[in-house]
Order: sequence, then structure tokens, then C-alpha cells
Amino acid sequence: MTALLPPRPTTPAERPVGGRLVDQFEYGLDAPICLTWELTYACNLACAHCLSSSGRRDPNELSTAEAEAVIDELQRMQVFYVNVGGGEPTVRPDFWHLLDYAIGQDVGVKFSTNGIKLDKARAAQLARTDYVDVQISLDGATAEVNDRVRGTGSYATAMRALENLAEAGMKDFKVSVVVTRENAGQLDQFKALTDSFGAQLRITRLRPSGRGADVWDELHPTMAQQRELYTWLLANGDGVLTGDSFFHLSAFGEALPGLNLCGAGRVVCLIDPVGDVYACPFAIHENFLAGNVRDEGGFQRVWQSSELFADLRNPQTGGACTKCAHFDACRGGCMAAKFFTGLPLDGPDPECVQGYGESALAARDLELVTPRSHIDHSHSGPVRGQPTLLGIPSIPAKICDESPLAGIDLR
Amino acid sequence: MTTAVSPAEVAFDPAAPWRRARSVALRPEPFGALVYHFGNRKLSFLKSKTLVAVVEALADHPSASATLVACGVTQAQRPAYEKALADLARSQMIERRTDA
Repeated sequence: MTALLPPRPTTPAERPVGGRLVDQFEYGLDAPICLTWELTYACNLACAHCLSSSGRRDPNELSTAEAEAVIDELQRMQVFYVNVGGGEPTVRPDFWHLLDYAIGQDVGVKFSTNGIKLDKARAAQLARTDYVDVQISLDGATAEVNDRVRGTGSYATAMRALENLAEAGMKDFKVSVVVTRENAGQLDQFKALTDSFGAQLRITRLRPSGRGADVWDELHPTMAQQRELYTWLLANGDGVLTGDSFFHLSAFGEALPGLNLCGAGRVVCLIDPVGDVYACPFAIHENFLAGNVRDEGGFQRVWQSSELFADLRNPQTGGACTKCAHFDACRGGCMAAKFFTGLPLDGPDPECVQGYGESALAARDLELVTPRSHIDHSHSGPVRGQPTLLGIPSIPAKICDESPLAGIDLR
Repeated sequence: MTTAVSPAEVAFDPAAPWRRARSVALRPEPFGALVYHFGNRKLSFLKSKTLVAVVEALADHPSASATLVACGVTQAQRPAYEKALADLARSQMIERRTDA
């Protein structure tokens, strides 16, 4: 299971004393700084690039009691906040209960939503609640760009949610953008839109994970766009959240604000809706599965004792990237991006800004079948307003919107 | 001193009594500790175990300077520790005690 990881020493390297924090993080922490917890695979949308191939609920998802037990454990481990997502977390009937429960246990919640359930009443409730953060996903600063990827009507849903939050006096809510080839030119527009709601902009990187693998070739930013993004982040980065998304851009020259390190299994991880623990949210694949919170010893045992995580906390010693002059800046880039594009994990990131990724992609064996996750909860039938990106005609919101006779079998 | 001074603007005085802020939690880590402020949700790190011991012991001593001595911080290390404490005071991770 760990054979695919880059070469590392056979005996665990000893943690250095003192030095830079980033070097300490490489050796892992006793508990994650924060973790991502996807509460359900169910989603009302069918975004073309969904990193978790969400759509349908999994019958084996954690029950309310099991989710509460996970929260209790996070409190004991002093994980001070979790990023909750999905699927669409708010479609879980016990979502609001779990939110209150977590906050009551001193586990702060930042949740990502497409906004479907954020009516005026919920917005007011959130504004009254301390220790909760909301991120509204938006992948275009205009409906045209957004809806092509996220589906017809999803821009309007997000705008309504943002208006409701602003009107309710919610503080510090976020607009969360995945940078694509189609919206990379809209960064200033995103910033202006976000500012107009008194919100904060968060931008993250498109990964070839989940259904993202199907559209990555078409949607990932071009090299020129990556350069523009880097320049934009240097100018605006302090006011924009990025997490550890863009550390691969640091190889352009200067280190960007944020964490310049792959945190997978070291400072972050993912708990999926059925309780499986993966190294990171972009790595839902059996190769990156460390255990399950239902196993004996629970999440803490997985985090502290899994073989996979121990391996990830052993700094990489070999491989092409370690010989590159920029290795200290980009650390070889994103493990998930390499894995799902079929590149070796000790080689360059497919979006390596020094250009090594492009040549590595070009050099892939033509017969190569890129790894795919066997976890897929995508809707099996057509979805109302589904994205048009893949050239699939969208289902009109009402069948009569197109033609009174559309879809009616007259035979 | 005006009443408008916020805690963030209070300069760090090593001769004054301090303590870990009441809304701050320390989580031990192999390299030191992670510090979390439940009020402003800021996260910070203590990069040495001695610094962790100092922060935890602040409340038991009449001044920050006395704490450093009690924790075995040498004269040569003092400037670095005082700077670290000043940073923690600025980010409200430690606060002035009013008991002395």
C-alpha cells in the first residue's frame, strides 16, 4: 500500500531540534492542526470537478452518535477546528445538530457549502453563533463561468446565500474559489465581489481528484495563468486565504504567504463520510487510506500509528525533484496531483512551474491508465441543471422551458 | 494611559506579572506546543520545550523575568526568550496579571 511513496530512509529519520517550523511539520504532529471532514457524499449539485465524486449518499455514512464520538475524540486530541464539507454537508438532516455539538465541545467548525440551505433564518442563526465559519463555493465571478462547471442556477444560489449572510451581519464568511483556466482571469472580479459582501476570498488549486480527473486537462490553469496567479498572490496574498494550496508556485521565486508544504498525513488529513481516514482531501484512493475512525483506537490511533502516515512523516530523500534547485521552495508539489495524473510521486508536480511537469506528462507511456478511485458516489442519472462543461446538454429546469413537447415520448 | 488602549497594544514589560491568557489552550507537540486562542482564533507555535515551560510557569512567578530565571533560561538566551514573549503578548496569547 505504501510502495508508491517516494524513497525514504528505511529507519525513520530523527526529528531535528529547533529550526524552521516547516521542517518540524514535515515530521508530523501529535494531532492535526485542522482536518477536513466530509459529512456526506450526498449533494444537490453535480459539479464537473468534484474532488470527492459526490452525488449520492452512502448507506454506510457515520450515524449521528458516531459523528458525535468523532467530535469528542477531536476535543480530547485538542484539534481546535475542522473544515466540514461533503458532498453538501447541510443536506444531512443532523447537520445543524452536529454543528452545535462540535462548538459545544470546543471544536470550531468551518463548513463549505453551495448555499442551498442558507436562507435568511439559517443565516441569522449562523451570525449568532460564535466559532463557526462559512465558506460559499463559487467557481466563476459571473454566472456564465460558474454555472458551466457547477451547474445551472448554482451561481444564483450562492449569491442568495451570500446576501443572506451579509444581511444577517455574519462576520468573516468566505467565498471559496477553485482556480480554473476559465476563471483565472477573474481574480480581481472575485475580490471585488467578495469585498462587496464584506466577506473574505479563499482560493484553492484544482486537483485531478474525483471527477476533477475527467476535466483536469481542460480546466487546469495554463503556465501563463499560473505565472499571473503567482504575481497576483504576491500582491494580494495577505488578504486572501490559500491554505497550503499553491506552494508549488513558490518555485517561481519568492515564497508565498501560507503554508509552503504538503501537509498530507503530517498536519492535515481527511475523514470521509463513512469514517475512512485519508492522507488529504484530494487523495480519496485506497493507496492513501490510513484507517477508519470505527476501528479500535478510533481516529487517534489512525493518526498516530498508521503505517502510511508514519511513511509520509519521513522526509523524502531521493527522486528527481530533490536534485532540483527549487526543491526547498516547492517540495516537489502536490502528491495527489502527481498520483492522479499518473506521474511518479518522487518526480515533478504536473503543474511544476519550472516546466518539468509538462515534460513528465508528455513522457508518460501512451498505454498508461491513470489511477482512479473506486469510490464514486456520482449521481447515476441526469441532474437538474447539470454542468454543461462536458458537452452534455443540460436538463432544462422545467421540461417545458425548452419545448412543450420536449422529453415526451409520443410513440 | 488612555482607556482606549487595547491589550494588543500593551507593550511587553518583563518586570511585570504575566500569565497564559485565559482563552488560550496549549497543545503539547514534539517540538514544543501549538497555541490556540479561542477568542480571536489565532494559532501560534512555541518552538521549544523551554518556552512551553516558561509560558506555563508565568502565572507562578512575580514577573516574566523571574519566570525565565526559574526555568533555567541563561543570560545569553534571555533576549531571544523576551522577544518570543513580546510576540506572544502582541498576539494576546499571554496577558498581564493584575494581582501583583
